[in-house]
Amino acid sequence: MRKVYADNAATTALDKRVLDDMMPYLTEIYGNPSSLYQTGAIAKEAVENAREKIAKLIGASSPLEIYFTSGGSEADNWAIKGICSALKAKGKNHIITSKFEHHAVLHTCQALEKDGFEVTYLDVYENGIVKVEDVKNAIKDTTALVTIMYANNEIGTIQPIEEIGRVCRENKVIFHTDAVQAVGNVEINVAEQNIDMLSLTGHKFHGPKGCGALYVRRGVRPDRLIDGGGQERTRRAGTENVAGIVGLASALELAISTMDERNARLTKMRDRLIDGLLKIERSRINGDRVKRLPGNVNMCFEGIEGESLLLKLDMAGISASSGSACTSGDLDPSHVLLSIGLPHEIAHGSMRLSFSDDNTEEDIDYILEQVPPIVDYLRMMSPLWEKIKNDERNN
Amino acid sequence: MAYTEKVMDHFANPRNVGEIKDASGVGEVGNSKCGDIMKMYIKVEGNVIVDCKFKTFGCGAAIATSSMATELIKGKTIDEALKLTNKAVMEALDGLPPVKVHCSVLAEQAIKAALADYYTRQGIDPTPIVGEIKECDHDHGCSCEI
Repeated sequence: MRKVYADNAATTALDKRVLDDMMPYLTEIYGNPSSLYQTGAIAKEAVENAREKIAKLIGASSPLEIYFTSGGSEADNWAIKGICSALKAKGKNHIITSKFEHHAVLHTCQALEKDGFEVTYLDVYENGIVKVEDVKNAIKDTTALVTIMYANNEIGTIQPIEEIGRVCRENKVIFHTDAVQAVGNVEINVAEQNIDMLSLTGHKFHGPKGCGALYVRRGVRPDRLIDGGGQERTRRAGTENVAGIVGLASALELAISTMDERNARLTKMRDRLIDGLLKIERSRINGDRVKRLPGNVNMCFEGIEGESLLLKLDMAGISASSGSACTSGDLDPSHVLLSIGLPHEIAHGSMRLSFSDDNTEEDIDYILEQVPPIVDYLRMMSPLWEKIKNDERNN
Repeated sequence: MAYTEKVMDHFANPRNVGEIKDASGVGEVGNSKCGDIMKMYIKVEGNVIVDCKFKTFGCGAAIATSSMATELIKGKTIDEALKLTNKAVMEALDGLPPVKVHCSVLAEQAIKAALADYYTRQGIDPTPIVGEIKECDHDHGCSCEI
């Protein structure tokens, strides 16, 4: 049976070339970068080379603006809690974010709300895109931070980051973006895009899990989240994940060097898949069709439930994900799908397919061949579908 | 979250899917907002449930518990079917993940709803026999009426 991994927004396969670059730091070069002897110094040099590489790749003005973390969630927590903690004493107790952020941002904001912060959750409208005007209107004297994701993890919609950054700059408010889904997939330049802080993680672009970074523009000073040793110029304690850091830089370099070719290919594949799946009656594409990540397809099929769809797809060798309540371990469907105005019953029937360099046109053919009969089968046994069809006949 | 082999078997090859045109009783529980609806059809002859079919909108566990519930009451007397519990459905499936227990409750309620309809059609008040039918067993603050 054919196997199609179509859940690259969840995580990607580690690139063999990245693993090769990491391998020495998992074996012979095991020294602690803080140590003075040779093997420590070599490890330290590897970390600093990676920092320099990443700074250049995202358009930072200095490697000193890159801080390594354990991944995207830590970077988000640090950026948001760190700035809020630093600015609280100055009377800044307001955060602006959007309704469909990743939980690493949303739950962090909710935690701060309990500590007395006021949080504005901006609408993302039917197309899944924040309006710059709304950001502008929400800013007030007490605003400590604006945090808006670069690209949504479920529906892949890309936000007007540069314009939001400009509005924040004009109003002297710090702007953070969770760019975990975007880095390596779209062109990013933190300086040109007016970004003050940016979270990224390696495993979304064929790097290793457990290693990410926070870009912090010079002059922006979030309080420390992790206390301890003096690593990361005393900003983030903990012995460096040397192999992870080397892998992160190596994966990002590869991702960016092949981005144009890949995006042209993935955009074509994505659009063909969307067009094909939209032929299924009562199906819909979630989020803006054009302003979305090249590898993201998110659809709803009325009358069926997402988890059973995923299980059926898995039996056909296709790995996908869903915003259905049943896959989230929660009983409500995805907050992202609800934020773009989908009713619960439709949001339950969602499917996300996300692609990377490893996917081919043949994968798309296979998905287009497998999905329609599975949807038909589940609809055949669905009393909700029966109702939808009866209502159609009666109207 | 992992399903047992039995759950996967009943999900992949559900027993008794469909409708019974001349059913003696039909029951439906759950709602689309919560993401699961079960509809049960029973055919009663004498005192015996000679046929049982279902249609379900829901997750893997919802489909598997519906399928197992139909298996457990098919060929049984009404009295035996009335004694069906969600626990029996779960046990027959070798267990369910904690977040899916409500699916087995819904399956039990769906069978009861079909039996209640059967009594109603006979002109008998079903409540003293079958009990109250719960529309939804969720405790997540949804607006489902219990």
